[in-house]
Amino acid sequence: MILAIAIIRLGSLFAAVMLTGIYSLVAACLYISMDAVDVAFTEATVGGGIATLLFLSTIALTTRQEKTGSQEKPGSKISLPAFFVVMLTGGVLMFGVSDIPEFGDSSAPAHQYLSDRYINKSPQEIGIPNMVTSILASYRGYDTMGEVTVIFTAGIAVLMLLGRGLKSNVRRSRVKPHIKGQHGKGNT
Amino acid sequence: MEHHLVLRVIAKLLIPLILIFALYVQFHGDYGPGGGFQAGVIFASAFILYSLIFGVENARSVISFNLLRVISALGLLLYIAVGVVALTSGGNFLDYNVLLSDPVHGQHLGILVIEFGVGMIVAAVMMMIFFVFARP
Repeated sequence: MILAIAIIRLGSLFAAVMLTGIYSLVAACLYISMDAVDVAFTEATVGGGIATLLFLSTIALTTRQEKTGSQEKPGSKISLPAFFVVMLTGGVLMFGVSDIPEFGDSSAPAHQYLSDRYINKSPQEIGIPNMVTSILASYRGYDTMGEVTVIFTAGIAVLMLLGRGLKSNVRRSRVKPHIKGQHGKGNT
Repeated sequence: MEHHLVLRVIAKLLIPLILIFALYVQFHGDYGPGGGFQAGVIFASAFILYSLIFGVENARSVISFNLLRVISALGLLLYIAVGVVALTSGGNFLDYNVLLSDPVHGQHLGILVIEFGVGMIVAAVMMMIFFVFARP
């Protein structure tokens, strides 16, 4: 929470990126203390490693410092439609959260029969010690296929947006400044 | 990046270890924490470390962009192919029980293969995105 506020207040994008990396590591430690080792592993590699790196390379393409108008102070100008959309989304999410059972509630649907079924049956049915893998890859194989497709689609989308002119050097040198300009607007 | 002697030596030491660790996480995911996603990211990070220190152009000559595209598509196809094979051998889509005569061994094989597909696609896409961003 403190980190999140610090990230918003910081003008230096480089420091903000470093803070997001630190936040990911803290979150990973939190997951480990909850015994969710697989999730912690993913958080540390993806959140702490790759995401930080991609942010850094974006900074290398654009600028190091947040763009602020000379007379414009942070928070002095609030876009009303954006504020409305954010509040609406937040409100809907909070409303949705009220339906989720409390943390550690033993009468939650997930604890009624699903966990028992996985814990008791998966050693016989799948036969591998890491239950997380057996749930992700076998019981929820279809979901994982969707996730993989999402990653593939994301890769294609990035290629389509930024990968222009990769083939020929002549075209690249001509197109580059144009792409750089788009970047600055899109990412900062 | 010509003068970073310490970085170059340490990176040369670390990159093989990172690759081995990625393969360990990939194929040991059944027994310990880990799996395709994490292994793919770790594998990609080894290449990204290489390209940070020795230059993106050198990394591109090690593993070309077209190869990455092919690998990422192959990973997804491998995943779906397992499902289709299960379908044609009389089970449901992605039902690994029918892959081998013994259901438990079939599950083992199916999970191993699809995790490998996940690892391929994640590694390829991560490297691809990095290369596109880090274009000189």
